[in-house]
Amino acid sequence: MNADVASAAGREGGGVGRWVASRLTNLAPLVTLLFLCLVFSLMAPSFATLDNLGNIMRQVSITAIIATGLTFVILTAEIDLSVASIANAVGIVLAYFTLQETYVNIANVPMPGVVAILFALMAAFALGTVNAVGVTIIGIPSFIMTLAMMQIGAGISALLVRGQIAYAIPDPIRFLGSGSIGPFPSIVVVACLFLLVGHLVLTYTRFGRYVYMVGGNREAAEFSGVNVKLVIAAVMIISAVCCGVAGMLGVAYYGSAQQNEFDDYLLDSIAAVVVGGTSLFGGQGGIPNTILGLLVLGVLNNGLDHIDIDSFLKVLIRGLILLLALVINVYAQRLRNRAA
Amino acid sequence: MSEGKETPILEMVGIGKRFGGVTALTGIDFDLRRGEVHGLVGENGAGKSTLMKIIAGVHHGYDGEMRIDGQAVNFRSARDALAAGIGMVHQELSIVPQLSVAENVFLGVQPTNGLGVVSWGRMKREAREHLQLLGIDIDPTRETGTLPIGMQQLIEIGRVLFSGARIVILDEPTSALSPPEVKHLFEVLGRLKAKGTTFVFISHFLEDILEVSDRVTVFRNSRKVATVDAASVDKAWVIEQMIGAGHHELADAMLGEIRLESPKDAPVMFSARGLSRPRSFTDVSFDVKAGEVVGLYGFMGSGQTELARALMGKARLHGGTVSMGGQEIRLRSTADAKKAGIALVPESRRAMLFGHEPVYKNISISILERISRLLLKPGEERRIAQGHVDALRIRPFSVEPEVRKLSGGNQQKVALARWLTHLPRLLVLSEPTKGMDVGAKDDVVKIVKGLKEKGVAVVVASAEPETVLTMADRILVMRKGQIAQEFAERGVSKDQLLAAA
Repeated sequence: MNADVASAAGREGGGVGRWVASRLTNLAPLVTLLFLCLVFSLMAPSFATLDNLGNIMRQVSITAIIATGLTFVILTAEIDLSVASIANAVGIVLAYFTLQETYVNIANVPMPGVVAILFALMAAFALGTVNAVGVTIIGIPSFIMTLAMMQIGAGISALLVRGQIAYAIPDPIRFLGSGSIGPFPSIVVVACLFLLVGHLVLTYTRFGRYVYMVGGNREAAEFSGVNVKLVIAAVMIISAVCCGVAGMLGVAYYGSAQQNEFDDYLLDSIAAVVVGGTSLFGGQGGIPNTILGLLVLGVLNNGLDHIDIDSFLKVLIRGLILLLALVINVYAQRLRNRAA
Repeated sequence: MSEGKETPILEMVGIGKRFGGVTALTGIDFDLRRGEVHGLVGENGAGKSTLMKIIAGVHHGYDGEMRIDGQAVNFRSARDALAAGIGMVHQELSIVPQLSVAENVFLGVQPTNGLGVVSWGRMKREAREHLQLLGIDIDPTRETGTLPIGMQQLIEIGRVLFSGARIVILDEPTSALSPPEVKHLFEVLGRLKAKGTTFVFISHFLEDILEVSDRVTVFRNSRKVATVDAASVDKAWVIEQMIGAGHHELADAMLGEIRLESPKDAPVMFSARGLSRPRSFTDVSFDVKAGEVVGLYGFMGSGQTELARALMGKARLHGGTVSMGGQEIRLRSTADAKKAGIALVPESRRAMLFGHEPVYKNISISILERISRLLLKPGEERRIAQGHVDALRIRPFSVEPEVRKLSGGNQQKVALARWLTHLPRLLVLSEPTKGMDVGAKDDVVKIVKGLKEKGVAVVVASAEPETVLTMADRILVMRKGQIAQEFAERGVSKDQLLAAA
């Protein structure tokens, strides 16, 4: 009988159906992506061009940097609703410490570029730490804690620019946000680097394993002696720092720093992570999923601009397609779990 | 077995079931007579639960045929089965602790008036009446979570019993119950049996099975071994059928008197002084020597479970001090406890395993910091895990399957294996053999013995007297959160333990 079980277990890997089922969470967003590409290519000749591919990559870059950090958070079954707000605040902090033109009427504190960047990063780290302390030490659910942080970030932004628009930022950031490295836009390169490093950390480091385990079963992680609070604190800070970088590069990308500049990124980054197939309940998914989600979102946003439809209808269509992608995802996950 | 005079209420012919590549059942013929209590026994993973889940509509897609009252049926869901009068009480409680007792009794089937509004008055009245039949007299508006576990289990059983089911499957219904509660339950079964309800009773407590069943079916390795009249066999025979070989230590613990003996000259490894936690335990003091196994025995809710959690830093201590190897330590978190050399295997599988992760990740989680600083070493993890899988006879013999696909007893071994690579100084086992079959229990006993020899201090907290009797060198009996009596350096029997608790 023992031999029976052993050989049966050996066979377990076999079967195309089972293989497909077990990978459905990855395949579902891939199919969605291919489907969208096909539809947009047929509907708009301007969509499937190399030029436009470059556009899509540039358009998703800021979301990608935010989504990298957010993937960590969601894998631990927490959430960060303050991502866009922190990005905005940090971008504005950067501008605040940079000498602005005289016509920009902001009482700012000019610093050398490197110092300004350092201050901005420290601001991101500090905001992340506040999130971390609130969630782990005080014990506020991350949903509520980061909702409060969303307001705090918006408040910092408002206070520092007072309804004005700032334009000047340090050169290194301008280069990373709107320059190019060889033929590649540098913001795309930075985004790819973030995704790559995020993936390596999640897959090959001890910390990455803890992130998955804490998300997979928090109580079991705790009983195994994993410092769960430290892991959660770390992901909240990682998320905030990613947002900070995204915020700084975003200011360079858009050429200005102002209030509410990043508002769309909250929904986009959460959608990218979740549409890609990372479970909101934690423990399943990862950066490859996030990349798929980013592409789905990028193609969707970009493609809708290429086809000729009522621009007031676009938002609704976008929402419906995202809903559809999520529905497919949920069913794929269910099938996967049933493939046991 | 059946004489064929009366159509069995349920009949199964040639049932087979596979999960992926793993065979769970082969060629099972099984039948239930109207108004009998049918006991099912077998090692973990032998197929009892799988067969019952087919009957209850949880599993579909099996070979063979199932007939109810002579009619072939094919359930697509538990709802189908319920409609056909089949109810099942699962091993894991499915009580909603936040809801009232009455709401739990009527979960999903609340009585409503003509407008579809829940009629609370009727619900409370009927819930109270139903539970009184089970010998429980409580306020049906009480929050269920505030009741003792045994009571909650009876409420869950009550829910199925009074849903009008003609066939009721009870999977390990007595594991959380105290002896008087078990007696109650058996009385109720007898009464309902007389009215024509048919019961299937799965348990590892063979005395319970033999006492309450009319017939007993034994499973081994996905097959049915025998169905016999319960009155015609004894416990020894059943054990032999289940495992096919003698396991003497276990049999001793179940029957005779055990001689307790602690290691003589070993130094004290762990000591606790005046430990208190409101509503859980008060002023608990004890020492554990290196290489000694201390049993903490008490009925469910006597405080031993909470004490075990507190030792791991999972429940905060409100008073008292603990020291390890003579040094005082603080237990603010599980990470603190682990650093001090304390390990806990908790009582609930859900609380200790990562279901979606492979076996090896479940084993390596507690030693990651020892085998890797920054980067993981999956090869090393697999090698270590494979060693434990072989040594503990974890089935299947692979480190790759997701843990949720393993049977209960094997899952428990995985959780234990986690602490066997780098030995802790104090190992706390909470209900280490709960729901385990004889063979797996024996494996655990051997593991604990091995740890003793290596000088690990072990605490075994359990509400099963057999568990502490088989493992412990010294037994502390807990009652209402305090240590009521100590048994050391003497003979002790199950009766004496029960009397002290």
